[in-house]
Amino acid sequence: MSEAALHLPAVPPSRAGAQRVRGESLVVRCLLIAVSLAFLALFLLLPLVSVFVEAGARGFAAYQAAITEPDAVAAIQLTLLVASIAVPFNIVVGIAAAWAIAKFEFRGKNFLVSLIDLPFSVSPVISGLVFVLLFGAQGYFGAWLKANDVQIIFALPGLVLATVFVTFPFVARELIPHMQALGSADEEAALTLGASGWRVFFAITLPNVKWSLFYGVLLCNARAMGEFGAVAVVSGKIRGLTNTMPLHVEILYNEYMGAAAFAVASLLAGLALVTLALKSLLEWRYGDAIAASRRH
Amino acid sequence: MSVAVTIESIEKRFEAFAALRGVSLDIQPAELVALLGPSGSGKTTLLRLIAGLDQADRGRVLFGETDMRELSLRDRRIGFVFQHYALFKTMTVAENVAFGLNSRPRRERPDAAEIRRRVGDLLDLVQLPGLEKRYPSQLSGGQRQRVALARALAIEPRVLLLDEPFGALDAKVRKDLRAWLRDLHRRTGHTTVFVTHDQEEALELADRVAILNDGRLEQVGTPDDVYDHPASPFVCEFLGEANRLPVKVVGSQAFLGDRPVLGGLSQNQGGPASLYVRPQHLRIVDDAPLSLPGVVEHLRRNGPLRRAEVAVQGLQRRLDVDLASQVAPAIGERIRLRITHGSLFAAA
Ligand SMILES: Nc1ncnc2c1ncn2[C@@H]1O[C@H](COP(=O)(O)OP(=O)(O)O)[C@@H](O)[C@H]1O
Ligand SMILES: [Mg+2]
Repeated sequence: MSEAALHLPAVPPSRAGAQRVRGESLVVRCLLIAVSLAFLALFLLLPLVSVFVEAGARGFAAYQAAITEPDAVAAIQLTLLVASIAVPFNIVVGIAAAWAIAKFEFRGKNFLVSLIDLPFSVSPVISGLVFVLLFGAQGYFGAWLKANDVQIIFALPGLVLATVFVTFPFVARELIPHMQALGSADEEAALTLGASGWRVFFAITLPNVKWSLFYGVLLCNARAMGEFGAVAVVSGKIRGLTNTMPLHVEILYNEYMGAAAFAVASLLAGLALVTLALKSLLEWRYGDAIAASRRH
Repeated sequence: MSVAVTIESIEKRFEAFAALRGVSLDIQPAELVALLGPSGSGKTTLLRLIAGLDQADRGRVLFGETDMRELSLRDRRIGFVFQHYALFKTMTVAENVAFGLNSRPRRERPDAAEIRRRVGDLLDLVQLPGLEKRYPSQLSGGQRQRVALARALAIEPRVLLLDEPFGALDAKVRKDLRAWLRDLHRRTGHTTVFVTHDQEEALELADRVAILNDGRLEQVGTPDDVYDHPASPFVCEFLGEANRLPVKVVGSQAFLGDRPVLGGLSQNQGGPASLYVRPQHLRIVDDAPLSLPGVVEHLRRNGPLRRAEVAVQGLQRRLDVDLASQVAPAIGERIRLRITHGSLFAAA
C-alpha cells in the first residue's frame, strides 16, 4: 500500500506537455482528466480508504487490541529498530556516494551510477535471496558464520542488510543531480578561505543540499518501514522475533484475522500519508528555495 | 604583507587539449596585473593554478621564495573571487564575510565581537554598510560582487585573484566598479591578478597587462607599452581596432603598391609585411611626401568620435579614420592621409 502511494509522480508534467494538451479539444481534455482521476481513485485512493475502513470495522476497542497485542508491538518495535539502523546508514553512504559522483571525475563513474540504481531494477525477492545465498546455512559464508556463532539470516542483521540494500538508492538519487547542478565553486571558495574539509562539508555542502537530503531520507524511511519482499525472504517470519510490520500484516491476513491485519496495515498506510503530506508541505513551503538552490 | 608571485613555465593539459603551453610571468608585490585574452584562452585555468585549486602538469608557482605546493590552501592565504562569486547562499552577508575568520583554528580565531567589528569594517570598505543581515539572493549583481571581494579580503590575503570580476554586470555598473577597484587597490596594496576578456578594462585598471592567446602569453607590459607597441598582430588586433595594410618594406620605407606610406623604419626586415594602423593614427593632411590618397565614402559616429571610412586604391577594405579635432571632410571628398604611428609585422 505504502509503495503504491509513494509512486505518485513527483515531477509535474513538463510545460511543453501541458501546452500540447491544452491545444486539444475540450472533449479530449475532459476525457483525459476523467480517466486519470478515475484511475487514481480506483487504484490508489480506494484501496487506501478501504484499509482504514476495514481497520475500523470492528470498532475502536478491537483496533486498539490489534495494535497493542504483544506480537504486533514486537513487529512495530522491530520495524522501527531496522529503520533506525538502515536509514542512518544509507544517509551516510548515500551522501558519500553522491559526493564522490558529483564532485570528482574518475574511471568507472558511470558504472557506479548505474550500480546505485540496481536495487530499484532488481526484484525485492532476489535482493533477499542474495543474502540468503551469502549468509544462509547453506550459503558461502554459512559454515563460517555458524562456527563463529553469528546469525545473520532469520535475525536482525539479515533484516537490516536486506532493508539497506533495497532502500539504498533513495538518498543518493536525490542528492546526485542536485550536487552535480551545484558544482564545486562554493566548496572551492570555502577551501581558499581556509576551511578544513570537515567544515566545508558541514557548513557548505550539507546546507546546500539539505532539502534534497530531507526528501531522500523521507522516501528512504517510508520504504525501509514498508519493505516486504526482500525482508520476507531473510526474516523467517518468527513471530515476536523477526516479524516486521508488513510481515505481521501478511501473517494476520493469512490467518483470516482481517480486522487485525488491517489495523496494523493502517499504521503503515498512515506512515505513507504522513510522508506524502510532509513531501507536499516541503514542496509547497520551500518549493522556491529548493528550485533556487538547484538552479544556482 | 603583499608578496611577489613567480610563475615558471606552467603547462596544463585537459586530456588531449593543451590549455596552457608554457606560461611564465613575474608579478611584483602590490602590483595589479590583468590577464587578458579571448574566451577559452586559458585565463581561468592559469588563475586556478596560481591559487592551487588545480595542479599544473609542468612548471611551478612561487609565492615570494616559497614553492606554493609546500603550502596548504589555508597557508597560501589567497583571496579568490570566483567568476560567479560563489557566495554561500545559505548564509547572510555577514556570515559570508566572516567565514574565513571563523574557519581559523580556534587559537588563531578572533573572538565574536572582533569578528563582528572586522566584518563591519570590510563592508564599509566595499561600501555596503548595513547589509549584514541580507542573503545573497537579496543583493544586486554589483553588491554580490563586492561581498565576494569583502569575503576574500577578510582573510588578509597575500595575493588577490579575481576571475572576470565585472563579467556578469551591466556596462554602467562595470565602469563604476572599475574605478572603485582601482581605488581600493591603491589603498590596500594587495598583489592582485584579475582576469578579463575586456581590453578596455585591462588597459584602464592594470599596472601591467598580460595577454594570453591559445594557452600562451603573447605579451606582457604596461598598458601604454602593449597598446602602442604590440608584439604580435594578435595583440594589436585584440587591444583595439586597427587597419591592416599589406605593405612591402624596402630600405627604411614601407610601400603600399609602389607608393611609400611610412618611413624612418630602422628594422632591417625587407620584404612583404603587414602594417597595422589604429584609426586615431591616421591624419588628414594637405600634402606630404609619405601620404595615401583616398576618397571619403562614409561618415559615422563611434562613441565620442566621428569616423570616416576612406577608400584607398589598391586596398580591399576601407580605412577607418578617427576625426578627433580634425575638420570633417565631406562624403566624396578626395583627401590625403598620413600614418603617424603604425606597427609592422613581417608577413607570415
Ligand atoms: N576542467 C576542464 N576540463 C576540460 N577542459 C577544460 C577544463 N577547464 C578548461 N578547459 C578548457 O581549457 C580551455 C581554457 O579554459 P579557460 O581557462 O576556462 O578559458 P578562459 O577563462 O580564458 O575563457 C578551454 O578551451 C576550456 O574548454
Ligand atoms: Mg574564464
